[in-house]
Amino acid sequence: MYKYDQYDQQMVDTRVAEFRDQVRRRLDGDLTEDQFRPLRLQNGLYLQLHAYMLRVAVPYGTLNSAQMTMLGDIADKYDRGYGHFTTRQNIQYNWIKLEDTPDILADLASVEMHAIQTSGNCIRNISSDQYAGAAADEIVDPRPYAELLRQWSSFHPEFLTLPRKFKIAVIASETDRAAMKLHDIGIKMVRNDAGEIGAQFYVGGGMGRTPMIGPMIREFVPLDQLITYSEACLRVYNRYGRRDNKYKARIKILVHELGKEEYTRQVEEEFRHLLSQGVEPPLAELERIGQYFADPAYETGLSDELDLSDPDFRLWVERNCHAHKQAGYIIATVSLKPVGGIPGDASADQIRLMARIAKDYSFDELRVTHAQNIVFPHIRKVDLYAIWQKLDEAGLGTANLDTVGDIIACPGLDYCSLANARSIPVAQKISERFGSPQKQAELGELKLKISGCINACGHHHAGHIGILGVDRKGVENYQLLLGGCEGADTSLGKITGPGFDEDGIVDAVEKATKVYLANKQGEERFLDTYRRIGMEPFKEAIYG
Amino acid sequence: MVEVQFRFRDDEAVNDPAVTVGTFAEQTNATAVRIEPGDDARDLIPYLDRLRLIEVNFPAWTDGRGYSSARVLREAGFDGELRAVGDVVIDMLSHLKRCGFDAFAPDHALNPADAEAAFARWDNVYQATADGRKPVWALRHQS
Amino acid sequence: MKILTGNDLKTGAVIWWTGVGWSLDVNNAADVGEHGAAVIAREEGAQNVFAAYVIDGEKTPEGVRPAHIKDRIRALGPTVRPDLTLKPSDPEAVNWVI
Repeated sequence: MYKYDQYDQQMVDTRVAEFRDQVRRRLDGDLTEDQFRPLRLQNGLYLQLHAYMLRVAVPYGTLNSAQMTMLGDIADKYDRGYGHFTTRQNIQYNWIKLEDTPDILADLASVEMHAIQTSGNCIRNISSDQYAGAAADEIVDPRPYAELLRQWSSFHPEFLTLPRKFKIAVIASETDRAAMKLHDIGIKMVRNDAGEIGAQFYVGGGMGRTPMIGPMIREFVPLDQLITYSEACLRVYNRYGRRDNKYKARIKILVHELGKEEYTRQVEEEFRHLLSQGVEPPLAELERIGQYFADPAYETGLSDELDLSDPDFRLWVERNCHAHKQAGYIIATVSLKPVGGIPGDASADQIRLMARIAKDYSFDELRVTHAQNIVFPHIRKVDLYAIWQKLDEAGLGTANLDTVGDIIACPGLDYCSLANARSIPVAQKISERFGSPQKQAELGELKLKISGCINACGHHHAGHIGILGVDRKGVENYQLLLGGCEGADTSLGKITGPGFDEDGIVDAVEKATKVYLANKQGEERFLDTYRRIGMEPFKEAIYG
Repeated sequence: MVEVQFRFRDDEAVNDPAVTVGTFAEQTNATAVRIEPGDDARDLIPYLDRLRLIEVNFPAWTDGRGYSSARVLREAGFDGELRAVGDVVIDMLSHLKRCGFDAFAPDHALNPADAEAAFARWDNVYQATADGRKPVWALRHQS
Repeated sequence: MKILTGNDLKTGAVIWWTGVGWSLDVNNAADVGEHGAAVIAREEGAQNVFAAYVIDGEKTPEGVRPAHIKDRIRALGPTVRPDLTLKPSDPEAVNWVI
């Protein structure tokens, strides 16, 4: 994975010094809260319901064990012994003190980490495929491009005060594991007819209160124009994105209001102009970055056999493991969704255990997924059983990946100052209702996603089953959505009808699953059945 | 009139009154213009030869359109004074300078020591912009 | 009653105006009547608090209860982590929140 050179290290060190200075000016009274807020947000520091919350960037979701260990240590030293992995492949801490934040950032910088631009109206952490570099189906590792974009977007002086936040995802396989089309810019690395690698640009997707699927605006951007083209996309947005209404300020609204053709025309015009401005790093820089993502030293001649005689292990392998491109290896995902647990939370000890396993067994590498789980990307199959036993002992052996128990949930009203309703208790009740392996097996792949407000941090629009918490006269109320999907066949869920209370929404989910089971044909997933039979039978069962 | 607190130019200060983009089109002898966030900086490109000063107003520093205006003007070859006026804050000074501003007239005078630290903050930069500084990627690959 | 809440500048902790100072415990919250805005201006100016606001509350036999669920959760802590709330040893505490 990428390693900082002197320049990268100097950048994060300088940021620590800058933020230390900003905190000092705040505590001295030189900055009012109104003046300080945008500054702290650009460094991932929020004020949430109970305290400050710090969001730490995990660029494209990739970590080494020293970094993961530091995340556990920070949880112990500065927080309350746990962290929360987010849908942008980051981690956030819920109980941070302002006066500690400069020291936390210094600790992070010591392991090449930071909290730069994890919030605020700027380019956020760039997300990617959690199986990048290991998946059998990718045409190239997307992370070198994500790292190139990370450096370009860090402290980009023109784009720190955009109309609204800006999220970029980079993928490189047909299977979209990063919800690419639901980003402000989604980039898919592709190969053209001449066999060259380039970038396909999708612009103007997003969730939030006006969900949209990003249209493709450029089929192929050559690698030596990647930054120039991105810069053109951003400049048109910075100049013309709406600033009169924060709910209409995302780039999706600009693309929608201008129309894809007109937005594209403006970008292409700006792009032609910028080509002569020398903003593009040389290809040698991409090659330099790419070297860090070379394959680890895989052993050859390893057996592909797995002893699956332990039925619990067998279930975990079937659910949570994924084909690796290298014979004898496997990709293993740790579910942070134990039955009745808090989706995405991990204790400091669990975080450090995962770090140790990565060091000993996965070439020192881990990934955070947008579904709030952790991946060991390169495990020798011969080690898998021993690893699973260690995980299981620590409460990390849950076998439920991509099933109804693998719920994405935002922190909701238990932690978040924007939320209208709690998300976590609903996730807990659903995971308990469908907790048995038999039920999960019966329902197969079923992606359930819960947001506690319209901002959609829990991706409810993209859930096969989505739940949106709203405030109805001071009482929590939950709307049900069906038919969303974030993969290559991205679709947006539709609301079934009137909302429910907390127990009512759990019952409604169960009714929806019964409609599926009664109508399922062959190997159909819930989503396939819904797409075939439509909303009506579900509505009848839920409200009839 | 608001004072220019920081200026990074050797030529004589420009004190001509800046007119709005709307009036500028009619006043063919004006040498200074002030652009607002909603103005299109490109409209000035035909007149850059006779302009000595362009003020870019930031009614709120969190409205970043002025950064693009500055780069558009510098990329079009403007070499006169480019002055940031309005809600100019310490923490954005270095970024403004990188986009091509070389004079700063904040509504409220800034603490000189904090401002000096802010201008000097970044030893290196990741992007090529209007200030001509060599980005990190150029330093990494210079032969 | 009208009660006044905000966050401690250095720690971010949720705090409640007692009439003479700030407390972590909502049960110490005082009725500020019409004086909320004046207290906010003074206390924010002195950097004792930030993001302060006035809310409706009720004095019950069990203690002071903010009217809106969001402020009740702020007062107690996350309902899903009773161990981290204001009343970690009282498993029933979450019940007055919801």
